[in-house]
Amino acid sequence: MTQTEFKNIDPPMWVAWNQAKASIRVRFLRMLITSLGVALGIAFFCSMQVLGAAPVKDASQSSSQMLWLTATSLVMCLVGVTNSMLMSVTERYREIGTIKCLGASDSFIVKVFFLEALLLGALGSFGGSLIGTLLMAAVMGATTGAPGLLPLIQVVLIGTVVGMVMTVIAAVAPAVQASKMPAAAALRVDI
Amino acid sequence: MKAYDDREVVVRTVDVVKQYGEGEAAVRALNGVTCEIYTGEYLSIMGPSGSGKSTLFNMIGGLDKPNEGSVFVNSVDIAQLTPKELAFLRCHTIGYIFQTFNLISVRTALENVTLPMLFAGLTPEDADERGIKLLELVGLGHRLHHRPSELSGGQQQRVAIARSLANNPSIILADEPTGNLDLKTGQEIIDLLRSLNDERGVTIISATHDHKMLDVSDRIFHIRDGQLALVETREELDSAKSAV
Repeated sequence: MTQTEFKNIDPPMWVAWNQAKASIRVRFLRMLITSLGVALGIAFFCSMQVLGAAPVKDASQSSSQMLWLTATSLVMCLVGVTNSMLMSVTERYREIGTIKCLGASDSFIVKVFFLEALLLGALGSFGGSLIGTLLMAAVMGATTGAPGLLPLIQVVLIGTVVGMVMTVIAAVAPAVQASKMPAAAALRVDI
Repeated sequence: MKAYDDREVVVRTVDVVKQYGEGEAAVRALNGVTCEIYTGEYLSIMGPSGSGKSTLFNMIGGLDKPNEGSVFVNSVDIAQLTPKELAFLRCHTIGYIFQTFNLISVRTALENVTLPMLFAGLTPEDADERGIKLLELVGLGHRLHHRPSELSGGQQQRVAIARSLANNPSIILADEPTGNLDLKTGQEIIDLLRSLNDERGVTIISATHDHKMLDVSDRIFHIRDGQLALVETREELDSAKSAV
């Protein structure tokens, strides 16, 4: 009987990158909807940030009220992003099982989902930040007076970073779990 | 006729038990299976639905771990392997074919075949060259850049067979490879597997319901209620046939 010699070779990063790219290209519409889910959450968060950044004219609008609004928007956004990304991972358990059968290491699977989420998160969060910030700024400009440009840019940056971090965590956490499943179990999952 | 006395063992299972669920709801899918599979043979695993043949298939392929007992592939106990070593084994030693083809839907036929080669560390140029040769071997040289959704069932299964050969595995595991195909296409897939077995000497282990598969098998394992109930060899099958 021949003894197998084990070497630890991990494929180069571009193999994972190609896989992620192909996945986004072919499932473009599905990915667009996922990305839109991220964008909506972040848009809401950013609009609340803009509201908070505005100079307070009305004394009755207390800071605790503002804090409450920001916190709510953050939770809403977290739920939206997590839901979108969780779905996009769980509906692909079968694919994960198959790739495992072909000899992919667990880390390769996580890498693919990480790259996908990074790309989706960057696009969705930046788009969502822009939409939320600009809309709210426009609304405020028409009513109470628009906040300055600098705070707006700051809000867009914060929104993009928060969104990307959330998206990546929301995708990588279930991907890590899925990658650790025995291949047979991943193949059996039907959604 | 293949003689069994001096043949190398490629897979050995010892008292394999696999249980799903816990406590009273527990189901023993495999209940102490001990068997040896030889290098270069064409083996069919037969049994009714729920008899445990797919579970045995998963154990042999390192897709799942047994609760008790051991599975040795090339004399390595796969229960002792780290996830990374298991991935290496799946990449280099075993090729998989499924009833539902399980191609990666977002990649082309050629990319499906070359992906395991990239996992094995081949350069993209070498992988493409070998991938094209394999697809030509299964008669799909003209469909290299089609995605699975653009191929028929039989063609998809051919891509899956080419993919299973990617890293020159010593074993091909086929889980009901003809289950989703019509009679004629199923026969073509069986003929293709048989010729690969003859020409390349790759061991083929196939879980099947398909009686056409038996005509080409060297041995048949019959699984009943999670146990190996009967092993038939080609000689026995042929003599039974001539008696009728």
